[in-house]
Amino acid sequence: MLTKLYDWVDERLDITPLWRDIADHEVPEHVNPAHHFSAFVYCFGGLTFFITVIQILSGMFLTMYYVPDIKNAWESVYYLQNEVAFGQIVRGMHHWGASLVIVMMFLHTLRVFFQGAYKKPRELNWMVGVLIFFIMLALGLTGYLLPWDMKALFATKVTLTIVESVPLMGPALKTLIAGDPTIVGAQTLTRFFAIHVFFLPAALFALLAAHFLMIRKQGISGPL
Amino acid sequence: MHRGKGMKFVGDSRISADRKPNIPKDYSEYPGKTEAFWPNFLLKEWMVGAVFLVGYLCLTIAHPSPLERIADPTDTAYIPLPDWYFLFLYQLLKYTYASGPYNAIGALVIPGLAFGALLLAPFLDRGPERSPAKRPFAVGFMLLAMAGVFYLTWESAAHHDWEASKKQGAIVEGADIDKESDGYKLMDSSGCISCHGAELTGGAGAPSLIDTGLSPEEISKIAVKGQGAMPAGMFKGTDEELKTLAEFVSGLSTK
Repeated sequence: MLTKLYDWVDERLDITPLWRDIADHEVPEHVNPAHHFSAFVYCFGGLTFFITVIQILSGMFLTMYYVPDIKNAWESVYYLQNEVAFGQIVRGMHHWGASLVIVMMFLHTLRVFFQGAYKKPRELNWMVGVLIFFIMLALGLTGYLLPWDMKALFATKVTLTIVESVPLMGPALKTLIAGDPTIVGAQTLTRFFAIHVFFLPAALFALLAAHFLMIRKQGISGPL
Repeated sequence: MHRGKGMKFVGDSRISADRKPNIPKDYSEYPGKTEAFWPNFLLKEWMVGAVFLVGYLCLTIAHPSPLERIADPTDTAYIPLPDWYFLFLYQLLKYTYASGPYNAIGALVIPGLAFGALLLAPFLDRGPERSPAKRPFAVGFMLLAMAGVFYLTWESAAHHDWEASKKQGAIVEGADIDKESDGYKLMDSSGCISCHGAELTGGAGAPSLIDTGLSPEEISKIAVKGQGAMPAGMFKGTDEELKTLAEFVSGLSTK
């Protein structure tokens, strides 16, 4: 039954080569922890992606309760944390995942850097990777405001002051992010929410797709 | 890919009528100690992921994510701190030549150069050598940058008063306050609420007045003579008013 269904789709779309290419690709010996214990350093990139997937899933569940509004944001997080079944776990995973993803990405970056794996022909993939790093930091920064508690508000005020201090375009940039030249309030919260939930993930998905396509195309860098 | 004459297509599409067999490569086709990604290597990755996930969940259960009290923009005494991975940038802005008139250096020039160099690393380190031992400058600069980031993060965390930080953000249980009562009106007019907050739950500069467990006599003594950061002579009303106020504060309790 399933085979028939698969064949029906395959006849029309020729999907077999798409995934057979991924399934049958050779994993070289030097990245395989079964052969070299040190090959565990190659796990950091995969673990970064693993946490990213968890962040997306837990984030999707968080938005079922979260209300991006200065009156209800904190209340909804408090409710999620204390009343909703497994709410503490879902929020906990999103909270700790935000830190773990930075740690794993940092380790992945160091592995690639010290192995010189960014050299020709992998320059573009390195740059895409660094851009992913920036996106992740921006996700951490915008997500920090969303619970709308004391540390969220005042840390964001500090961030916005730093943005404002940028010469020439500082004030305009601050208004763009905060929604107002002086007030950090309802507009800021909805903007940070939109940036955190729509703009940055969209950019992240595009960059991740480019990152993985390039790895698939070029193959992993050889042993030192 | 097969091209050219003699190709057959599915209908008028560009899909070839020749089906490719959906059979995995034979293991003998993997040279040396290379391995098939699916399913052999993916299973190993999955096992690493599972071990990692167990640790991750333990962390989540052992340390519930923090939530401070609801944002109160009027509490200007609150000392903010960014998330730990921004501490090094935050700390950088505390140094003389990276703050104040030199703010642009700390906020833009130094991080810009560091992250710009990271982004452009392949074009700065152009030699063919990959081994770290043969790239002394690239590796040296990276180790220097790492030492800087670790030092700044440590410096920032070590000089932060984590106890006070925990206290200033703690969720304080409020009480149902009758804001039309004489006691509350007196607190308003005497300026008590400018430090203790409109809900009397305190702030970064003053403690909560709810559940103090103090008698009216002790309250009136504090109101007149002060205590800790509170100076003497804050209350300037009559003895009658002092009694009303003290009884009001003494009676504040959570439900």
